[in-house]
Amino acid sequence: MTSDTLQQTPLHDVHVALGARMIDFGGWHMPVQYGPILDEVQCVRSTCGLFDLGHMGRFHVVGPDAIKFVDTVATNFCAKIPVGAIRYSLFCLENGNPIDDVLLYREEQDVFIVVNAGNRERDLAHLQAHAKGFDCEVRDLSYEQDMIALQGQNSVEILKRVVEGCDVGAIKYYRFDFGTLCGIPNVRISRTGYTGEDGFELYFAPSESARVWNALLEAGKDLGLQPIGLGARDTLRLEAGMPLYGHEIDDNHNPIEAGLEFGISFKEEKGDWLGRAALEAVKANPKQALVGIKTDGKRVPREGYKLMSGDAEVGYVVSGSVSPTVNSNIGAAYVTLGHETPGQELDMLIRDKRQSCTVVSLPFYSRTRK
Amino acid sequence: MRPDDRKYTKSHEWVKIDGDTALIGITDFAVAELCNGNEGDLVYCDLPDTGRMLDQGETFGEIESVKAVSDLNTPLPGEVMEINPEIEDHLEILSTDPWDKGWMVRIKHSAATADGLLSAAEYDAFTAEAAH
Repeated sequence: MTSDTLQQTPLHDVHVALGARMIDFGGWHMPVQYGPILDEVQCVRSTCGLFDLGHMGRFHVVGPDAIKFVDTVATNFCAKIPVGAIRYSLFCLENGNPIDDVLLYREEQDVFIVVNAGNRERDLAHLQAHAKGFDCEVRDLSYEQDMIALQGQNSVEILKRVVEGCDVGAIKYYRFDFGTLCGIPNVRISRTGYTGEDGFELYFAPSESARVWNALLEAGKDLGLQPIGLGARDTLRLEAGMPLYGHEIDDNHNPIEAGLEFGISFKEEKGDWLGRAALEAVKANPKQALVGIKTDGKRVPREGYKLMSGDAEVGYVVSGSVSPTVNSNIGAAYVTLGHETPGQELDMLIRDKRQSCTVVSLPFYSRTRK
Repeated sequence: MRPDDRKYTKSHEWVKIDGDTALIGITDFAVAELCNGNEGDLVYCDLPDTGRMLDQGETFGEIESVKAVSDLNTPLPGEVMEINPEIEDHLEILSTDPWDKGWMVRIKHSAATADGLLSAAEYDAFTAEAAH
């Protein structure tokens, strides 16, 4: 695919003008970095960063049966989410493997859902097919509402400067509210993110994107705010122990073994849902576990590297990065049970060479547990 | 234009023939692709043992940046005579001087000609295309 056939977010030209290096991500032409990736990671950890998330999918399930329907396709218990709160969830197939991981925003009657860019069309077809017979409609708002994220410890201070009619500091973690952002009324403001820092995700009309982006950068200039690309975003989420669809989880990796049970409800009252039986079976008899690995060697863990214990192959890497926060090269890997205990020494196989690594518990970084 | 005293590959290596030996390195374009002008983004370069026999196009090593690993492929077949000992601890020379100080391996080449490789002008045109 060339850049001519890739989709562009409303901020595409702003990134190009900023000198960003652009890549194909999930069919979108996106900024991977504006400057050195590791500097961008440190910027978010120490001050604040601004992210274009226009590529992500945004759905609205509306109608009297919206919540009831979502509870048949999502792993979390939507009916039990308090109105105004947000929960991590997955959409699984009958075999228990996910087609995506998502955030559910619980409204009075409806459910707002944020999905991954590369899975949007598949998710939409999946939801619409399964919504038949329910009194609700699955709407794709991806091109009607843009999305950007403000992440880092200065987020509240910066957002306060451009929001009216909403006390953004009072929005609790994984909750949302609506306010006037840069003069735009009724903007969805959620205290969520994919970096392990405090922060917000903001939803508004795409015609306002460049103005909001520039206003935020201006408002946060004295507080260290910088635009941050997808390269740093990947490192930030890995440090924070968050999965990325296509790596930790995909059509072949179930969420139980990925350690995502917090996003799954086996409660009787939820009733049956797609993948429930399969995931109950995995839970009763897991074969492998997702762990963190850390290595003092020069090579960075990369997807596909095998993990060895002596001559036995006991696992494989699914994500990896240089981590400026942990000050070491880190990764996420699946290991067969018996090798998942923190402190376990393994070898990472890189072509024909070995580099030792140590199993560590996830996450690598937590802002509340320092 | 890039130095015209050597030949180039579409995988962004260069080879400079000097009698029956040849120096091999990677181009400024390859380095820019890996680290986008931030030399600190280069993290590792894996080079072969001396004495190893390489077929034309064979992967002889890897170069790794913060975000990716790329294969290093030999433009000519031959035996590895020497590797540049400076590279391991000074990856920045690949960024500051990819053409001279940044050479990676010296091989005793066994090819009669450098057919199939690109001239500097052809490589310039190729990278101009790739940048679009």
